[in-house]
Amino acid sequence: MTNLPPALADWFAAKGWALHPHQLDMLAKAQDPATLLIAPTGGGKTLAGFLPTLAELGPNPAPGLHTLYVSPLKALTADIRRNLGTPIEGAGLKIRVEDRTGDTSYTQRRRQRADPPHILLTTPESLALLLSYEDAPRIFQGIQRVIIDEIHALAESKRGDQLVLQIARLQSLNPGLRRIGLSATVENPPALARFLAPETTILEADPGPDPDISMLETEAPPPWSGGGGRYAIPAILNEVTRHQTTLIFHNTRAQAELFFHDLWLANTEDLPIGIHHGSLSREQRERVEHAMTAGALRAVVCTGSLDLGIDWGDVDLVIQVGAPKNVKRLVQRIGRANHRYNAPSKALLVPANRFEVVECQAALDAVHAHTLDGEPRGPGPRDVLCQHILATACSGPFDADQLYAEVTTAGPYAALTRPEFDACLDFTATGGYALKAYDRWQRLKQTHGNWHLRDPRAAALIRQNLGTIIDTENLKVRLRNHGAPLGEVEEGFAASLTPGDTFLIAGQIVRYESLREMTVEVSKTPGRDPKVAVFNGTKFATSTLLADRILEIFQQPSWPDLPAHTAQWLSLQREVSRLPDPHSLLLESFPHDGREHLVIYGFAGRNAQQTLGLLVTKQMEQQGLAPLGFVATDYATLTWGLDPVTDPAPLFSLETLRDGLESWLSGNAVMKRTFRDTAIISGLIERSHQGRRKSGRQATFSSDILYDTLKKYDPDHLLLQITREEALRGLIDFSRIEAMLARVGPNIDLKRLKRVTPLAAPLFFEPSRIPVQGEGRDRLAVSQAQALMEAAGLA
Amino acid sequence: MHHALFFHGETLHLMPSGALHWPARKTLAVSDLHLGKSERLARRGGTLLPPYETQATLEKLDRDLEHTRAETVICLGDSFDDLAALDGIEETSRLWITRLMAGRDWTWITGNHDPGPIDLGGTHRAELKLQPFTFRHIADPADRAEISGHYHPKASLAGQSKPCFLADASRLIMPAYGVYTGGLRSHHSALTALMAKDALAILTGPRVLAIPMPK
Repeated sequence: MTNLPPALADWFAAKGWALHPHQLDMLAKAQDPATLLIAPTGGGKTLAGFLPTLAELGPNPAPGLHTLYVSPLKALTADIRRNLGTPIEGAGLKIRVEDRTGDTSYTQRRRQRADPPHILLTTPESLALLLSYEDAPRIFQGIQRVIIDEIHALAESKRGDQLVLQIARLQSLNPGLRRIGLSATVENPPALARFLAPETTILEADPGPDPDISMLETEAPPPWSGGGGRYAIPAILNEVTRHQTTLIFHNTRAQAELFFHDLWLANTEDLPIGIHHGSLSREQRERVEHAMTAGALRAVVCTGSLDLGIDWGDVDLVIQVGAPKNVKRLVQRIGRANHRYNAPSKALLVPANRFEVVECQAALDAVHAHTLDGEPRGPGPRDVLCQHILATACSGPFDADQLYAEVTTAGPYAALTRPEFDACLDFTATGGYALKAYDRWQRLKQTHGNWHLRDPRAAALIRQNLGTIIDTENLKVRLRNHGAPLGEVEEGFAASLTPGDTFLIAGQIVRYESLREMTVEVSKTPGRDPKVAVFNGTKFATSTLLADRILEIFQQPSWPDLPAHTAQWLSLQREVSRLPDPHSLLLESFPHDGREHLVIYGFAGRNAQQTLGLLVTKQMEQQGLAPLGFVATDYATLTWGLDPVTDPAPLFSLETLRDGLESWLSGNAVMKRTFRDTAIISGLIERSHQGRRKSGRQATFSSDILYDTLKKYDPDHLLLQITREEALRGLIDFSRIEAMLARVGPNIDLKRLKRVTPLAAPLFFEPSRIPVQGEGRDRLAVSQAQALMEAAGLA
Repeated sequence: MHHALFFHGETLHLMPSGALHWPARKTLAVSDLHLGKSERLARRGGTLLPPYETQATLEKLDRDLEHTRAETVICLGDSFDDLAALDGIEETSRLWITRLMAGRDWTWITGNHDPGPIDLGGTHRAELKLQPFTFRHIADPADRAEISGHYHPKASLAGQSKPCFLADASRLIMPAYGVYTGGLRSHHSALTALMAKDALAILTGPRVLAIPMPK
């Protein structure tokens, strides 16, 4: 066992701190090549990660980089630097700790390259940049350990894929490198362990007592549909007054804004309550974070932006508004209310509508049963690999055989074949086009067997584009006449606004005035209902685990655990029609309001149900049933049209659906959006920087044009293959449709009914109705153009 | 369907593709083809874009010439992405251009990307007078009855942004015809300064639609 330096052990003793068992375990495992520590929030996880390094460095370490710490959040690195500084300085250790992120000054970054600290705290993006320099081997010479914090979060995104490729690179530079991963509770520790390294020891800390979690009881029952949870505001305010600090989580930023606005109106006691989400300006977010740390806030309305990060000391209640969609994320969120280690976290679930009552119950059952969800992510994405190859070339010439061997040591790329690797290499070198007419299409060249940049000056451009986070094209929002910045909205949202439209941002209703110099100018309009409220609508789909549990709940003979209003609703459905079950696909068909309706209870999650809506209405169109539109939720798809469906089996054959996907997918906006991200990550096109876009005359053009061109002239191109893969497992989520069809087998049960059923009724209130494509869009444009011309007196 | 614009006593057809057809003079005008753009970027060590835009742009032009049976063609400048682009263009594309030019009165107007003569047939000019119009690359604020290109104007309708023509009583600015071209929103001061208050934006696309120019 590695011992702590006496000075540090004394300092701990003087503070009256005793190390937790898992912290001692980490010291004991210090020599293992890789260790994954799974521990709850508040368990001193980060310190546990650093203890072996502090022990090895001792009081007077030799110069040179010893340990690299990587975190998904910039804010976290600064926080860790302060927290680590306390014991190091307290014990008088001569250990230098510095952070390096996008916010670090140029001079500081230069100095760090020449004279690295003992412990460097950074992010995957800054590490990518550091590794792309020619002097990377010198900077990282002698590095002993890499610590990856919040590895469970990184492992779910391309940032994690990129990071493990970089660690494979570091390992080649220093074969003795040891790895530590720090994780919250996850469903599949061995999979995460393989993500970290080929041979990993797993340490699971005592998870602590079970959380104290329940559904919030309200006087008014939740509404039939919608996602705001605003009906529960009085009950929520009541809880806020009874606790020290409450985090109120929402699933989307738009919902958080709407909720915060109404909460503020109801907040007659003037409790200090803040709002925090990713579309707010940095100033706004930092103000809330500081107030939070200072204990000045009683509640914060937030989104996933507070899922990770600093432990807010005094949070003693977490409220989740809206169905959690995913049990693992719920458990991690609950962990945010852990003001004392070994005290149970307290959390309340607030279903936003009647259906979500059942989902919340399913989530509670899952938490109590300690089951977590998680869909395997599939093999490492190849666009990330393309970027990694380019970044490697920036640091110096490489041998393809060696790089391939190195890449396949990274967990997500373990199954990568050599032809797949070679296709990525060819793409980075020549563009990988079927038309090989030009010798000028060369970014990389091979000389004496080694690959290198044809033009070393290209390195600067490649470095500028490193990283796998693709920002949506956002525009800043500020008050008119150079007023305060409020936040950002997506460019697409800004384009949909006309002067006079009102929307919510940073908890205020603002009126859109103009678009100037890439900034949305607004003015305050007190007390009016926002006309447009939706922006940045990231929507998570309900996990398979939760959907399955909901179907299980439906099979109960009665529902003593559910609130009476919900139990009655389900009983009525059972009387009138039947409840969906796991072994068949229930379809309901009924006339309503002069239209024929079909409800598909697929329980496949929002994205898959949406795809199903598109594919099935396409098919109905071909059968001459004249579908007019559809709407999808996590549980069901409702279609409407002129004629009823009488023979449903052909609509749901896997083959038919796949054919539909083939013909429909390629022209779809989801594909173009996915292509854009892939094209940026793989290095085909450059990121658009604010500065460059400001310059007026655009040298760049829409990536849609490249997508259309490739589709027409080079349909088998690598980037189109990657785009397809990404879209299928992402927004289109066809795998969930396949899984659903496998689950139900040939049992497609169409019930013909006289009227709307209780279970179908809420679908009629769903807002995002999608018209079936056809002449619709054209006609809309024509009538709008006419209206504009008439308004201008030009018709 | 094209949009018919009555401009200085003449009827001009603004086509879905972004070309301008002047039926009375059997003339077709196109602007900012930017042929060889991907080749130029690759040559300069930039990104390696799909090398198909010359082919795609020529296909478009071929279709429009076939459809209009134009006998006179005016390319309003920036026809090539730079002066060296023609050398980098594949032989098949060069032959294709030659075939399109055969039997037609063809004028290459110089642009800022292709400021000198190009090693192809046709007439090379800084500007062309074809009564009552003057064709040039960059609009001259002092001129009237002028048809120009250069700015790649675009505008949005019903949430979709499209390349567009801009027209007022004095001038007509054409959209970029080349496949790999970006656009400048009609809101930009360079365009609002040039165009009169009552200017129209005529959006390209399957249905050519006119709206008041968004400012």
